[in-house]
Amino acid sequence: MSEYIIKNGHVFDPVQGIKGDKKDICVKDGKIIDKVGSGAKIIDASGKTVMAGALEIHAHVAGPKVNAGRWYRPEDKHFDSHKTAGITRIEGGKSIPTVFKTGYEYARMGFTFAMEAAMPPLYARHVHEEIHDTPIIDEAALPVFGNNWFILEYLKNQEIENTAAYIAWVMRQTKGYGVKVVNPGGTEAWAWGLNCLTIHDPVPYFEITPAEIIKGLMAANEYLGLPHSMHIHQNDLGNPGNYQTTIDTLKLAEGVKATNNFGRDQVMHSTHIQFHSYKGTNWGDFESGAKEVMDYVNKQKNLTIDTGNVTLDETTTMTADGPFEHHLHGLNHLKWFNVDVELETAAGVVPFIYDPNNAVFASQWAVGLEIALYAKDPMRCFITTDHPNAGPFTRYPRVYAWLMSEKYRNERLNSFKKADKVISATNLSGMDREITLYELAQMTRAGPAKALGLSKDYGGLKVGMNADIAIYNINPDKFPSDGAAIEKAFAQVAYLFKDGKICVEEGKIVDMGKKHTFWVDAKVKENKQVMHDVREKFLRYYSVNENNYSVPESYAPHQHIISVDATQA
Amino acid sequence: MPKEVTDVICPFCGTLCDDLIITVSDDNKTILGVKNACAIGAEKFNHQRLPGRVKRPRMRQADGTYKEVSYDEAIDWTANMLVKSRKTLMYGWASTSCQAMSIGHDIAEKVGGIVDNCATVCHGSSLIAIEDVGVPSCTLGEVKNRADRVIFWGCNPAHAHPRHMSRYSIFPRGFFTVKGHKGRKIYCVDCRYTDTAKCADEFIQVQQGYDYELLNAFRTAARGEVLPDTVGGVPKEKIYEIVEDLKTARFGIIFFGMGLTHTMGRNHNIDIAINLTRDMNDYTKFAIMAMRGHWNVTGSGQVLGWQYGFPYAVDLSRRDQARHQTGETTSVDLLNRGEVEACFYIATDPGAHFPIDAMIKSSKKPTVTVDPHINCTTEISDIHIPVAMVGVEVGGCAYRMDNVPIETRKVVDPPEGMLTDEELLTKINQRVDELLAKGGA
Amino acid sequence: MNTVTLTVKKVPELYLECEKVNPDAFAGKTADQIAKLPGYQGKEISTLGDYFTVTGDAGATAADTKIVINGDCTKMKYIGAKMTAGEVVVNSTTDMYTGSWMTGGKLLIKGDVHSFCGLAMKGGEFIIEGDAGNYLGAAYRGDWRGMSGGVLRIKGNAGSDVATFMTGGELIVEGDVDIHIGTHMEGGKIIVKGNANRRVGGQLVKGEIYVFGNINVMMPGFKPVNEVELDVDGTTAKFTEYVGDLGERHPKRKGETVYGKLFLKQ
Repeated sequence: MSEYIIKNGHVFDPVQGIKGDKKDICVKDGKIIDKVGSGAKIIDASGKTVMAGALEIHAHVAGPKVNAGRWYRPEDKHFDSHKTAGITRIEGGKSIPTVFKTGYEYARMGFTFAMEAAMPPLYARHVHEEIHDTPIIDEAALPVFGNNWFILEYLKNQEIENTAAYIAWVMRQTKGYGVKVVNPGGTEAWAWGLNCLTIHDPVPYFEITPAEIIKGLMAANEYLGLPHSMHIHQNDLGNPGNYQTTIDTLKLAEGVKATNNFGRDQVMHSTHIQFHSYKGTNWGDFESGAKEVMDYVNKQKNLTIDTGNVTLDETTTMTADGPFEHHLHGLNHLKWFNVDVELETAAGVVPFIYDPNNAVFASQWAVGLEIALYAKDPMRCFITTDHPNAGPFTRYPRVYAWLMSEKYRNERLNSFKKADKVISATNLSGMDREITLYELAQMTRAGPAKALGLSKDYGGLKVGMNADIAIYNINPDKFPSDGAAIEKAFAQVAYLFKDGKICVEEGKIVDMGKKHTFWVDAKVKENKQVMHDVREKFLRYYSVNENNYSVPESYAPHQHIISVDATQA
Repeated sequence: MPKEVTDVICPFCGTLCDDLIITVSDDNKTILGVKNACAIGAEKFNHQRLPGRVKRPRMRQADGTYKEVSYDEAIDWTANMLVKSRKTLMYGWASTSCQAMSIGHDIAEKVGGIVDNCATVCHGSSLIAIEDVGVPSCTLGEVKNRADRVIFWGCNPAHAHPRHMSRYSIFPRGFFTVKGHKGRKIYCVDCRYTDTAKCADEFIQVQQGYDYELLNAFRTAARGEVLPDTVGGVPKEKIYEIVEDLKTARFGIIFFGMGLTHTMGRNHNIDIAINLTRDMNDYTKFAIMAMRGHWNVTGSGQVLGWQYGFPYAVDLSRRDQARHQTGETTSVDLLNRGEVEACFYIATDPGAHFPIDAMIKSSKKPTVTVDPHINCTTEISDIHIPVAMVGVEVGGCAYRMDNVPIETRKVVDPPEGMLTDEELLTKINQRVDELLAKGGA
Repeated sequence: MNTVTLTVKKVPELYLECEKVNPDAFAGKTADQIAKLPGYQGKEISTLGDYFTVTGDAGATAADTKIVINGDCTKMKYIGAKMTAGEVVVNSTTDMYTGSWMTGGKLLIKGDVHSFCGLAMKGGEFIIEGDAGNYLGAAYRGDWRGMSGGVLRIKGNAGSDVATFMTGGELIVEGDVDIHIGTHMEGGKIIVKGNANRRVGGQLVKGEIYVFGNINVMMPGFKPVNEVELDVDGTTAKFTEYVGDLGERHPKRKGETVYGKLFLKQ
């Protein structure tokens, strides 16, 4: 394998506390090492920014609802399908890229890992087929548990050990990474056309509340000691006044300790929190609740969040929050795709246009930026667009530019058609903080890696870590004052190293590298009750046989398996 | 000793039953018996042992007869055809695995092919409708566990999806449906009294070609507006009565088939049925599902979806972009208009199913057909390449009518020396690479 | 205005994709440069010069450019597509996507057109002297934004799926239409001077459809409310006014439901 020395770059590595010093990084056999021989290839990084490869902690990039979004929106590819000369396949899709485009675009922006945010276990095979076909980047997927019949029944009886055993079983069957919770309880209610809008609304028939589901899943997650924490899309997404439900939910983590061998400190990761930070009672008096939410998040050290920034584009919403999508369709009347999944979850898809002329959408844009700008600990606040819900992930460079340049975001804010209304409904105007390159590295590399339990090998540039390295054409000493220039620099890396191999050069894909499917294999004590329940439910309620449920090895030719021993728990 | 292979997935229809038990000879070569399948599924497995299987490729001679050739010769001829043709129709895919489809797409992108699947003559109308208005749907297990109103509109599962009613839609006892069919009201809407209608509680006879008007009347009735005295032969009192009943459902589902996809208006019939389902969600919980015919046409739509963003009729002939337009990039239109120069058929039989004019045009073009058997298409092709039967002699991923993916199994060995679709396509792909490198294309 | 004349010298074996045959692509180019523009048949890339003799230079801008095409264009797709200004006159029948995504200028086809023509028209004037196939003035697949502006007039007959998802502009068919006219319409105006077969205004949200001839089967979701005398495209006559589609959602203005309207000439 090759040896490289990346010379003279400005290194930003929160793992080692390096804040832009010129340092050489040595790469050999896929790892970062202390020094290389004279035969090492020299990569001149002078005047450039060097960071670890970025980690996407929450995006919808692989699976049945993503694909439904693709094929039911031919217009998303209209005049957009293209192929660059070289080794790449045809790419297409503005808001929901095809799998080839997904891999290439993430790599071009300097990402080396993406987490598929929601995997319905019954459809896990589909998620892995898409992960298999997505080039270059490592991926993992989070199976959803918050509306699963086994979970609802076990947690009703507070059977944490059974819950943990079932979670471990599902993760093995589906090659899943952790515990995802979407609109807990509400999506099971949606199977009857209903919902749970507060954390105390009981689920029809199962008579358990979202609060009980959340507490129970946190306990089970820590019982197992998984690398990642419970990852939650909260109840009441998108509705004015929901910030109170958000804080109520976050409070459930108080007193809960993280138990794991992976360096993870949080017990709850609250995702795309922009959508959950609204004050007001209706769209007319809608206001930002970002300050209230972030005041709480800043105080509680055992929480992590990601932003869910609105990018003001035509995009596609898609989520396992089925009732929310039905509600959104009622507002904009655009085509609505819905699938309820037996015993497990649901999903909905609706196109959405975040028209900047609309005061509400422009305010949502402001809320997303406020979340990041209020964050006191960038190691606990990560940047996402909940792709594609608030905007396509290809807009990350623009989001970074808005966060790093007060001038750029003020240009946008002051040019809104309803600027006065937006400014009075939000806090953004007058916030002068500009995220630095070091903070960006925390929010997109070191922070997500730590939250995912991957900090030993990923998210940093310490000797011994994996050689996933992004080199950008940004000179920190001459940081661009022009937002468009910041965007351009983050959109196309100068170099991307993945596992020590150069996969991207000046934005062009030069090697597909070797992608891995990450998943977590948690071992628990033998649990006859859970296995009996599994057998029962497959015989009586599922529409497939138990022996046809699991995802075979062939779907993930290169697996990165993280083992967890929970037999002594 | 013969052995039993359990949890076998039936590779015939979109019901994709996965509870078959196949008895196999101990040398792994012969299927001896099938349990749990319907008559059609059983035949798919049982006919494996019949004599007369085509074991090697056949090439048509000048006098119209066929001569056996080697796989290598067939592969070389095929690759040359693909490289030479400016625009090649690559149609079928609905009876092979997703893994094979993926290789086929790679070839199509290199040689300028148009990848189309059986939806083009089947539920393509449904796919167009979903492209226009979306679809509120569910998995079949939700129907089993929750549905108390089931409507079969323009479909006849008694004939086309024989175990559908017992596994999912009428008879099973699920979590919230412990009374089975006694707790469900079954409607059947059709222009004729079918065997499925015999299982229904109420049969509504709609005048042929008036489904769109009748569905419009249902939507109008749901909004409490006035109706003409009859619509499509159905009296307005009956329409109001049914709509009121549906509003009191706990969970309703509409299954539909060729009665909507292939009668006047086609996609519009499904479009308005979807809108009706959407409207009913204002009152209660309602879903709608297409009764997909082939066991993996849905899979072809999924793989094309994630690789190119469209569910069928994907035109890759420009090689640097993917385009999709039913009516232009669909197989029958391409053949009728003389828009392709060569044809590659796999896992399908257009000779039996396409309009005859289109096949007459197809027969005049260089054609390769990949299929385990001699069929209507192989006999108008230049080369017929046999392959192992997917789901019987080789496994691979398939997608059920509700998009649930299930991995089919290998139950017996294929005939000696026979290639699988995946192996064949891989070799064709390699040969295409060699020819393109030589030609510097 | 400068005129570029294209004369067909070779009929394509398959179908030629003429994405570059419009005033915008020609603007600022000489005849030689125009002849070098690409034309596509599947994976084969040729030049316009392989299929047309090109005489005359284009104007500096699209607005200053007129294109006249002579010869058999029956197998030419995308002529005039996406044009923003200028003029195109084709003395022949053309194939699919003629004038689609047009935003301005004038397009005249002195022959028939195939299907998918005038898709999502935003502005300008598009006249067809012969007949059209299906999906005239419709939206692209899956898109809820159809024709939104401009005037599309066809002297002959049109097929099915005319003006699906229309939101604005005016589409006039002087002959007959088949089934599914104005499906999912949310604005704009359709005038059919001949007969319409069935499913006129199906799932109509808002907009106006005028039919001078007969409708074979009326949609059940339309009810007659009035009789009016109107002047429509130069004809003054009595019309029965219907509102609908009563099975569809409709916007409200000041608490009143705003229905779509269908006017049937008496």
